[in-house]
Amino acid sequence: MNATGRKAKAGSGMSERPFTHQLLADMLRIRRMEEKCAELYGAQKIRGFLHLYIGEEACATGAMHALDADDNVVATYREHGHALLRGVPMDAIMAEMFGKAAGCSRGRGGSMHLFDVARRFYGGNAIVGGGLPLAVGLALADRMLGIRRLTACFFGEGAVAEGAFHEGMNLAALWRLPVLFLCENNLYAMGTALDRSESQTELCVKAASYKVPTLKVDGMDVLAVHEGTRRAAQQVRGEGGPFFVEFRTFRFRAHSMFDPELYRGKAEVEEWKKRGPIHSFSAQLKAAGELTEDGFLELDAEAEAEVAAAVAFAEAAPWEPVEDLLRDVTTPGAMR
Amino acid sequence: MRISYREAMRQALHEALANDPRVFLMGEDVGRYGGTYAVSKGFYDEFGPERIRDTPLSELGFVGAGIGAALGGMRPIVEVMTVNFSLLALDQIVNSAALLRHMSGGQVSVPLVIRMATGAGRQLAAQHSHSLENWYAHIPGIRVLAPATIADARGMLGPALADPDPVVIFEHAQLYNMEDDLRDEPNEDWACDIEHAAIRRPGSQLSLITYGGSLPKALDAAAELARDGIDVEVVDLRVLRPLDTATIAESVSRTHRAVIVDEGWRSGSLAAEVMARIVERCFYDLDAPPLRVCSEEVPIPYAKHMEDAALPQAAKIVAAVREVLNV
Amino acid sequence: MFDFTLPSLGADMDEGKLIEWKVKTGDAVSKGQVVAIVDTSKAAVDVEIWQDGVVHELLIAPGEQIPVGTVMATLLEPGEEAPPKGAARAAKQAIARTPSVPGAAVAEGARLRISPAARKRAEALGVDVARLEGTGPGGAVTLADIEAAAQPGAPTPTEATPAAHPAADRNAEMRRAIAAAMSRSKREIPHYYLSETIPMARAQKWLAQINEGRPITERLLMAVVQLKAVAAALAQFPDMNGFFRDGRFEPVQAAHIGVAISLRQGGLIAPALHDVGSKPLDQLMRELADLVKRTRAGSLRSSEMSDPTITVTNLGEQGVEAVMGVIYPPQVALVGFGRIAARPWVEVGAVVAMPTVVASLAADHRVSDGHRGALFLAELRERLQRPEEL
Repeated sequence: MNATGRKAKAGSGMSERPFTHQLLADMLRIRRMEEKCAELYGAQKIRGFLHLYIGEEACATGAMHALDADDNVVATYREHGHALLRGVPMDAIMAEMFGKAAGCSRGRGGSMHLFDVARRFYGGNAIVGGGLPLAVGLALADRMLGIRRLTACFFGEGAVAEGAFHEGMNLAALWRLPVLFLCENNLYAMGTALDRSESQTELCVKAASYKVPTLKVDGMDVLAVHEGTRRAAQQVRGEGGPFFVEFRTFRFRAHSMFDPELYRGKAEVEEWKKRGPIHSFSAQLKAAGELTEDGFLELDAEAEAEVAAAVAFAEAAPWEPVEDLLRDVTTPGAMR
Repeated sequence: MRISYREAMRQALHEALANDPRVFLMGEDVGRYGGTYAVSKGFYDEFGPERIRDTPLSELGFVGAGIGAALGGMRPIVEVMTVNFSLLALDQIVNSAALLRHMSGGQVSVPLVIRMATGAGRQLAAQHSHSLENWYAHIPGIRVLAPATIADARGMLGPALADPDPVVIFEHAQLYNMEDDLRDEPNEDWACDIEHAAIRRPGSQLSLITYGGSLPKALDAAAELARDGIDVEVVDLRVLRPLDTATIAESVSRTHRAVIVDEGWRSGSLAAEVMARIVERCFYDLDAPPLRVCSEEVPIPYAKHMEDAALPQAAKIVAAVREVLNV
Repeated sequence: MFDFTLPSLGADMDEGKLIEWKVKTGDAVSKGQVVAIVDTSKAAVDVEIWQDGVVHELLIAPGEQIPVGTVMATLLEPGEEAPPKGAARAAKQAIARTPSVPGAAVAEGARLRISPAARKRAEALGVDVARLEGTGPGGAVTLADIEAAAQPGAPTPTEATPAAHPAADRNAEMRRAIAAAMSRSKREIPHYYLSETIPMARAQKWLAQINEGRPITERLLMAVVQLKAVAAALAQFPDMNGFFRDGRFEPVQAAHIGVAISLRQGGLIAPALHDVGSKPLDQLMRELADLVKRTRAGSLRSSEMSDPTITVTNLGEQGVEAVMGVIYPPQVALVGFGRIAARPWVEVGAVVAMPTVVASLAADHRVSDGHRGALFLAELRERLQRPEEL
C-alpha cells in the first residue's frame, strides 16, 4: 500500500484523516508542545536539562508510524516527540516536565526519563549509548519467549563512539535479534561535529562491519523516514536479525536550553531550516493539492489546543508528597 | 551430605534452570568451557546454547542485555568473571539496573541476578584480586549478597531470582573449594533468607563482624582466641545491602566491643560503614574503640608472601581482638 | 499520634529502668491504665497513661535505663490511621538514647579515658570514676572496672539481669534519693512550724461505736479519721494544698494526701491516697490498707508516686509526742501527728485525763504565713471534734 494513500491508524489520538495529514498533524503536535516547553522553561515551570527536538520531528513521526503498537521502543534523552507519538498522553508528558505526580514517570524522571511501560516505551535514557544493550536484551527476551515483535532503539550519532554501540551491534548481529537500530544523525554530538569525533563518518559502514544491513534516509523528509523504517522493520520481522537505519537530520535549536552555539555557523543552521520538515512537507502537500492553508491552520489550531490543555493539566496537578521520597527505589512488598 | 561451595552453587543454578524456563545463564565461557570456576560444567549439554549463553568479552553489552531481558520478562543470571571485569559493566548496573525502577516512577522492575567472583589469595595479582563489594553496596536499588557458607551458596540464588529487583551475588574465589555438610532437607528446599546477618559463632566478649571470604579467617581467629579463654562472637553480614543494622547493633550492644574484618581496602570500605553504624547505634554501649582489619592500602601484589601480608589473616584478626580487649 | 514519655514520679527522680511492658503493639489503652512497670530509685512503679489510644510502637526495651521525658512508646489517637514505622522511630530513639550529662568525670585538665558503656554503668551504680585505674586499651576505664569498683570483693555481676536492682543497691539509692529531696527542701523551702494539742475523746468514742461489732479486718483506724479531717480542713485552706514550681504556687483542688509509709528495710515512701476529701471513710480505709501493702511490695502506680499535694506523717505508733516534718518538694505543707495518749487537760475549770494528740504543721513561707497556718490547725482541731461529719 502506498504510504500517502493510507489512513491514520486507530488510537493515534486524532480523528480519521488522510495519513499525510496525520503525519503533518503529529509533527505539529511535537513542535507546538516543545515550543511551549521552551517558554515554560524560561518561566521556570520546567527545570533541569531540556533537550528539544525541533527540526528533527520527521524522524520520530515517520518512524513511529511504521512500528506496531506491540513493538518495544527505547529512546534517548531527546525523546519528547517519541513518547508523544508512542501514545503517551501529552498531559502526562507535560506533568512530568513540571515534576508532578501525574507525570508519566510520576515526576521522578523529568524531561530525560519519560517512561510508559504499558505502551512498551522503555524510556528516555540519558547515558549516551546506554539504550542499545537494553534494546538487545528486550529483543533477546522476546526471542526466548517466542514473542514475535521487534525492538526499536533510537540513538544519536554521538552514541556510535561509545563501546555500548559496538557491543550492542555485535550482540544483536551475533545472536540475530530483532532490533531496529534507528540512528538520528543530527551531525553534532552536543557541540562536536561528526568529522571531529569519528575517523569513519559513514555510520552505515560501521554497522555493516557487524554484518548488519543498513539504510540511509533523508531525516528531513517524513515520507522518506516512514518508508525507510517500514522497509527495515519488515526485514527485521521477516528475517529476525537487526537492521540499522541512519536518518540525516538537524536540530534547529541549542543542544539543551542554554548553549551559545559556538560550534556551528548561523548560515549552516539557516540552510537546514529551509528544509524544515513541517514547512517543506506542508508545501509539498499544498503543491499536490492535498492540503489547503485553512486545512493547515486547522491542524495547527488542534495542536495548540492540545498543548494548552496539557499545560493546564500539568499546572493543576498535585505535587507528590515529600513523605513518599523513598518510594520506588526497590519493589514494595517483595520479601521486605 | 558433604559438598563443596562450588557444587552447592552448581546445584542451586541447576535447580533454578530446571524449575523456571525464564531463567537462563549468560556470561563469558559459561557454556562450552563449563564456567571459569567450573560452576556451570555440563549445563551447556543439558540446557542448550540458548539458555547457557556464551558471550563475547563484552561486559557492558551482555550485562545491559541481561537488564533488557529482565525487563522483557526473563529471569537472567548474568555471570561476570570477576568483580574487576564488572567495572566495564558498571554503567549498566548503576545507571540502568539500579535506577530504572525509580526513573520510571515505579513502572518497571529489573529481576536480574548478577554473579561475580571476588577477592584475592591466589596470586592473581593486581587486576584480578579486587574486593569491590562496597562499590555496589553503595547503590540504592540493588541488593548485594555475599554467601560465605555452603548453605548460603546453595540457598541464596533462589530468593535472589525471586526478588523483583536486581541482585548482585559476590562469590569469593577462595571459597569454591571449601567443603562442609549441607543439612538434608526432605523437601529439597534450601532457600534461605536474604535479609539478615547471621551469628556464626556466639560469644560474649567481642563481636567479630565480617562477610564473604574473610568469614573462615574470622572463625579460625575465634577458635584460636577461645583456646586462650577469650570468647568472641562471629557475625556474618551475608547481605551487604541493605545492611542488617539490627543484628550488628544487638550483638555489639551485648558484647560492648567490635572488630570488623573486610578484604576491601580500609578507606571508604564496607568496614567503615559497619563501624559508622555501630557508633551511631551503640555508642553508649561501647567499652573500647572498634577496630578494623582490612586489606593494606596497596594493589594486591603477585608474590605470595607479599599478597599474604596485604590481606586480612587470622593472626591479624587475633591481634586486633587482643588490642581491643587489652589482653 | 502522640508520645508516651517516662513521667517524673517525684522531685528526686531523673531516670528509670523499664522492667516490663503491660501492653503490646496494637493494644487499645484507656486513660488511667497501667501500661508499664518502671524501676525507680525507690520502688518498682506501675506507670499509667493519661490518654486513650492504641499502642503504635514500643521504643524502649525492658532493661533499658532512660531519663525522665524519654519517649517510651508512640500511640495512635483513637481512630487514627497507622503511619509507616521507621523514620519516627529512629528520631525517637535518638532522643531516648541521649542520656543526661554525666557528672564530674573529668580529671584535672585531661579528659578521663572511659568507655561510653563504662560511663553509663558508673552513673547507674553511683561509682566515682575519677579515682579509678582503667584496665582497658590505653588505660581506659572499662565496664569491668566499674563493676569491680561498685562491688569490692564481690564477683562481677552478670550483664544479663535487667530486672530490679539488688536490695543493697536499692537501699543505697533510696537513701541517696531521700537525701537529695530533703536537702533540696531545706535549701529551697523556708519552713515555718506550728503545733496544736487536739483533744481526741470524741473521735475515739465515735470510732469505738463505729467499729463495734465489725470484724477486725473491717475496722477503721484513727489514722484514716485524721487523714479525712486534714482533707476537710484543706478544703478551706487551698494555700496548703498544691505545688510550688517555677517560682509560683499552683493550688490543687483535690486533696491527694501523701501518706508517709516506712519500709521494713529502711527508708520511706509517701505515695498518694487520691482525693481523700470526697471518699467515705470505709473506702479510704480499704485504699490505705491496699496502699501500704503495695508500697511494701514495691508495686506502686506512677500517679501515686508523682501527685501527692500534701504529706501527712503519723509517728504515733513509734511513741513520739510530736513531729516537725520536712516538706517534700514541690509540695508546700506537711502535717504531722504524734502519739495519742491520755494527758492532763483542763476542762470547765478542772484538770481531767484527756486523750490528746499533737498535730503539727510544717508549711512553706513563700506560699502561706503563720497566721494562715494557725487557722488551718484550728480548723483541723474542730473537724476532729465532729467526727460524725467526716
